[in-house]
Amino acid sequence: MIAVLKHELRTYFHSLTAYVFGAFLLVFVGVGAMLYNLQAAVSNFEYVLSFSSLIFVVIVPILTMRVLAEERKQKTDQLLYSLPISTAKVILGKYLALLVVYFVPLCVIAAYPLIFSRYGDVYLLTSYGSLLAYFVMGASLIAVGLFISSLTENQGFAAGIGIAAILFNYFSVSLAEYVSATAFGSAAAICIFAVILGWIIHYLTRNDTIAYSVSLVLLAATVIAYFVNRTGFEGLLPDIMKKLSLFDRLNTFVNGIFDMTAITYFLSVIVFFLFLSVQSLEKRRYN
Amino acid sequence: MISIEHLTKYYGEHLAVDDISFDITEGHVYGFLGPNGAGKSTTMNIITGCLSATEGKVLIDGHDIFEEPNAAKRRIGYLPEHPPLYMNESPAEYLRFVGEAKGLRGAELSAQIDEVLERTGITHVRNRRIATLSKGYKQRVGIAQALLGNPGVIILDEPTVGLDPIQIIEIRDLITELGKTHTVIFSSHILSEVQAICDQIIMIAHGKLVAFGKPEELQKQLLSPNEITLTTDADEAAIREILKDVEHIADIRVERTDDGLSIAHIKSDHEKLYELSGAVFGAFAASTGIIYEMTLKKGNLEDVFIELTENAGLEAPQEQASSDNALQEEASQEQASDTADATTESEVEEA
Repeated sequence: MIAVLKHELRTYFHSLTAYVFGAFLLVFVGVGAMLYNLQAAVSNFEYVLSFSSLIFVVIVPILTMRVLAEERKQKTDQLLYSLPISTAKVILGKYLALLVVYFVPLCVIAAYPLIFSRYGDVYLLTSYGSLLAYFVMGASLIAVGLFISSLTENQGFAAGIGIAAILFNYFSVSLAEYVSATAFGSAAAICIFAVILGWIIHYLTRNDTIAYSVSLVLLAATVIAYFVNRTGFEGLLPDIMKKLSLFDRLNTFVNGIFDMTAITYFLSVIVFFLFLSVQSLEKRRYN
Repeated sequence: MISIEHLTKYYGEHLAVDDISFDITEGHVYGFLGPNGAGKSTTMNIITGCLSATEGKVLIDGHDIFEEPNAAKRRIGYLPEHPPLYMNESPAEYLRFVGEAKGLRGAELSAQIDEVLERTGITHVRNRRIATLSKGYKQRVGIAQALLGNPGVIILDEPTVGLDPIQIIEIRDLITELGKTHTVIFSSHILSEVQAICDQIIMIAHGKLVAFGKPEELQKQLLSPNEITLTTDADEAAIREILKDVEHIADIRVERTDDGLSIAHIKSDHEKLYELSGAVFGAFAASTGIIYEMTLKKGNLEDVFIELTENAGLEAPQEQASSDNALQEEASQEQASDTADATTESEVEEA
């Protein structure tokens, strides 16, 4: 794992990737700090973080697009398979390297509230609480990007899907206002989700039985639940969309609450997508 | 050292490797021979743990590649068909990564890197970007990577494909050299190459193991009959009359040429072909027939190869696939003779 980590870090810092990622993040946070803290003279640094989280939509996919897709394209994944290290360690090594690349510009950003505090009152606790949440949220987005990169050998495709997925997540709270809040609409959406999940399982495992049974069990459960407890479905879909949003949970921190459930949620997303990435890599061994 | 038991691999419906079993013992150079698409790469990928098997077992020094992958992989060095190189790194950086991943550290790692660079003859390009190296040198970096960690077995998948004749000779010499200290398995569809450097041949076709043994043994075991071709002025009846007392003749076929001569194809299963040609010559000398030309054709491994691979194809006819393979076989044969020619040429040049 350490070998993979060192190797990845060398690749990032020898190429432009790490610098472009860092520069974009710093510029965006810098612009935010100028607008909020300097021009508008607001002393809350957490607003800047909330504003600048939009940049993740672009920079996370750019950072993660090549991490596994390129290995596959250059056939270097063969080397990783033949080395005496487990797939989980390969993924973990690569993920930690991405976190380091993400952590370096954040260290610079961490100095801002301290600098501002010399010229006025800054709520340091909320600032650093939000910064921690900002780091963990970014880390969960990177895990998503890593998984998307494991699905294809085309970097561009990985970046495109990554941008779409993160953009959807960013706007899912706003979109939740527009989707159907009726019980029937929610039930229908869950049915569609069950079918899509079955299809994904079919794609990943090539096992019809599991895919069909998962799909059918979920569909049956939804239909039964719908007829037994119709009111439970009212407003369910918008609720789920709001709950799934990673970005929305950052706002709790910005409002001054250190929300442990949000941290747990971010960490679960990380574990879940790293697990999926390992499975995706293992699956190629069984093609 | 490596034992393979009933290995079978399906890609969906397609059967790529069909119940292969063999044992590999220490200290030989094994040639893994077969036409393109025969299942060579698939088998090698399974042995090295890059691919799962549908059925069967692979044991490396008693360690199952699926049950204890890390212990088994540490005993193998593998160069896949496309050398898995990071093009933006130098050989030294690349080897450092592979060495660390294989669990080497500190002084030992540096010492081993220097050693494999030396053995593969790439010390002088150790700090150049891999992307700028020639194909032969890239191949050497790939081999150097396989040598790190000093594994007992080195597995090379078509290491000479796409190289120029001089590079081919260099890589072959390197493989011979490695064979002195390691067990080497290398795959090829070029017969002359396998014949030149291997002391054991594993031949597969259409996913089946068709032959396994020393080149000479295979030759002896499966040889098509030897043949003498001679051009004479005698006609068919006269030839048969002259040769009627000569022993060990299995069959005579005669054709007439435009200038009134006959070409006789004399087949024999006798091992000592010179004895037979001497007897034929004696018989003609005692008669009125004149021999204008006499050629001996010995059955060779190439015939065995074609015979075996074609037979395997007949046993399992696979409509589209078999015709494709036949084409590829032809192509590989052509390439084989091309390379053989090229080799002799460059050898002459060198001399």
